[in-house]
Order: sequence, then structure tokens, then C-alpha cells
Amino acid sequence: MKKKKIEEMVHDENLGMTLIVKTVARMMIAMILLFGFYIIIYGHLTPGGGFAGGVILAIAYTLMMLAFSRKLALKKLNNFWASIWDNLGMLAFIVLGFIGLNFGYFMFNFIWHGTPFHLVSAGFIPLANIAIGVKVGAALYAIFIGLSIYGRIITTEEETK
Amino acid sequence: MTALPIIILILMIAGAIVAVETKNMLSAVIAAGVVGFGVSVLFLFLRAPDIAITQVIVEVLSLIILIRVTTNTDNEAIEKRIDNFANITGLIFVGLFIAFCVWAFVDMTPFGNPLMRVSQHYLSAGLKETGAANIVAAVILDYRAYDTLGEAVVIFTSILGAFVILRKHGKKKLVEKDTEEIGIPE
Amino acid sequence: MTVYILDFIIFAIGIYSLIAKRHIIKKIIGMVLIEYSTNLFLILIGFRYGGIAPILSPDMNSVQFSQCAVDPLPQALVLTSIVIGLGTLALMAAYTMKLYEKYKTFDMCEIKRLRG
Repeated sequence: MKKKKIEEMVHDENLGMTLIVKTVARMMIAMILLFGFYIIIYGHLTPGGGFAGGVILAIAYTLMMLAFSRKLALKKLNNFWASIWDNLGMLAFIVLGFIGLNFGYFMFNFIWHGTPFHLVSAGFIPLANIAIGVKVGAALYAIFIGLSIYGRIITTEEETK
Repeated sequence: MTALPIIILILMIAGAIVAVETKNMLSAVIAAGVVGFGVSVLFLFLRAPDIAITQVIVEVLSLIILIRVTTNTDNEAIEKRIDNFANITGLIFVGLFIAFCVWAFVDMTPFGNPLMRVSQHYLSAGLKETGAANIVAAVILDYRAYDTLGEAVVIFTSILGAFVILRKHGKKKLVEKDTEEIGIPE
Repeated sequence: MTVYILDFIIFAIGIYSLIAKRHIIKKIIGMVLIEYSTNLFLILIGFRYGGIAPILSPDMNSVQFSQCAVDPLPQALVLTSIVIGLGTLALMAAYTMKLYEKYKTFDMCEIKRLRG
């Protein structure tokens, strides 16, 4: 199998949905990712936080997989790296908790709180939000990869039989 | 004041009945989506914007997952003969359940007047103790961070379970085969 | 109280779907309905008439805020519960796909009969 570049795969007519869906999705995906990062980073000031932002990131990659093809989405972020990001987010959250153990108790808010209503405030809550967001987003994307890839292998084998 | 939640709840009950009783699986899944989006609108009315955002997005993703399950399969309903015993048992159970619910709700605090013994402290001292303007974020990541840790472990375990169940062959065979057919990069 | 009872009617519909239906996807939909109604019930308990969302703005002192905000504790619990619900739904979907691949049917009675 010869390796194609991503730009060729975007314009390939055999992969993914029709031209209209591809054009709209190409404009939307960047905005959805940006909105997800905004929701994660400003989670301690405005509604949102790690959980909502993480699911938004997962939705952006899922839209990429549905509108273009599974090949392109896996070229951007495959299942191995999705599980690596998942583990990194989990590890970062636990490590933040254990650093707090040095200053008091587990999950102690050890960083200086700062002035309220600013972006850099609230101690370790923004850091924990980022860890949770990466963890939830990578986990849900990995679940969708699992449901997509492994199910499809089963059906293709049935057809060949 | 309580007219709006009652209207939305009646719409959600109609959606739930359609989702349970319809024959086509795709329309059942979409009717279950009506209930989810109704819940998110109601969350917005109940002054919970965090949960409204999360519920809308989670509803979209769960609809995608359920539609993924129903495609490539036969969508016809199974019930060719009506199972009277199961229906009657279910209806009796539902009737008993609602009767006990009414009996229990008499002693509850009325709608719109919460008790708030614990959360009074979170509301009055949350900004000073944690520095976060969003009190919900302060509760989930500072006061009750163990809860969030447990949630992260549950998601971790669930994707582990999903991957183990869905894999058909061992890992080596899967990689060799997929690079040709489906195109997973090494 | 009317709102509580209407909420628990959705719960009851979910229980009926779990008991009386034989299709696996109908059972999954019943579980999803139960989850939604439980989340909604927890939020309904914490609502306060004329309340505001539990998010501070700079022109608000904390005494006045604590008198008029809704309950933040159920919101924090439900926020984690919703995402857990998505994870368990994906696990149930994985089981369903595997069962369909093995038995070629969604009927619970047929699956019980075709054991082995």
C-alpha cells in the first residue's frame, strides 16, 4: 500500500462523504477544537471545565472521522497515541494529587491562589482541568476508534466468507 | 413559574414512550435523543449551565454511538407475538413504583426550597478558600477531588473493557492485517 | 411535587423497557432513560426560586451571593455522573456488537437458547 499525503486524502473522492460535507467540516473542525480549549482553560471562571471541554475535543476528532475517512483521522491521531494521551492525563492528575501530599493532604491546593477573576488564579484547578480534559477527550476518542475499527473488521470478514 | 418545566417534562415523557414502543430501531434511538436534549434545556432553566453544556455534547456523542450500533444490522422489531406475561409484570411493577414514589415525595422538601446545609459553606467561603469564581469547579476539583479521581478511573476501566471485548484476534495478527485492509499506520 | 412525579414517570418508563422488552437496544434505551431521570432529579432538588447560577461575577459580594445562588453540590456530582454514563453506554454498545456478531440476533430469548 503506497502512502498518500494528507492533502491528497482530503480531496480524494473515494474517501469519506460528499464535497459539501467535507467543505463545511473543514471549516468547523478548527473552530470546535478552539472552543474546546477555551472551555477547558477558562473552566474556573466561566461555565465549563475539564469534562465538557474534553468531550468537545473528542467530538471534533469524531467529526473528522465521519466526514473524511477513518484513514485520515487515524493518520492524525491513531489508537496508540490516543491511549498514550489518555494515560498521560490520568498520570498528571494523580501526580498533582501526590504533590499536594507534601504540603498537607492528598489533592491539597498547593499553588498560590492569586487574585480572583483572573486567568492565572485558583491554584491548581486550571492545571487539573487541563489534565482531566486531555484524559476525557482521548478516552472518548479511543472508544469511538474501537467501535469503528474492530466492528468494521468483523463485517468485512463476513463479506469475504 | 413551574409551567415551563412541566411542559418540557411532558414532551420528554412523550419522547420516552415513542422510544420504547416504536418498531424501527433507528427512530427509537432518535426519540431517545429527544429526551436527552429536553433534559439539557431543563438544566439551562434550572440555573445549571455547566451541566447543560456537558449534556448537549454527551447527547450528540451517545447518539452517534447508538446509531453506529444500529446500522449494518437488521432494524426490524423482534416482537412477532405479544408477550403478555412480561407486559403485565412490567406494568404492575411500574404502578407499584409510582405509588411508592408518591408516598415518598410527600415528606420531601418542596420544589424550589432546597435545604443546603453543606453547600452554604461552599457558597460563602468558596471564593476565599479556593480562588475559583466557578463554585462547581471549586467543588469538583478542590473540595471533592476524590470523586473526580474515581470518575477518571471509571472511564479508564470502561475503555479498557471496550477494547478487550471488541478485539477479535491477538494484537500481532490485528496489526498485520489492518495495515493492508483498513490502513492503520504502524 | 408535580415536577418530581413527572420526572419519575420517565424513570418508570425506563424500568418497563428493561423488564418487558426483549430487544437489546430497547434495554439500552431503558438504561439511558433511567440515567437521565436520576440526573434530572438531583438537579431539581437543588433548585431555588429566583436563584442564580453558582458562578460569581466581580460586582457581587459573597454574602449576597450565598443567599441567592442555587445548590452547587448536586451539580458537581451530576457533572461527573453524565460523563460516566457515556463511558458505560460505550461499553454496553461494545457488548451489543459482540453479541450480534456471535449470535446474529438481538433477541434476548434467542441468545439464551443458543448458548455455547
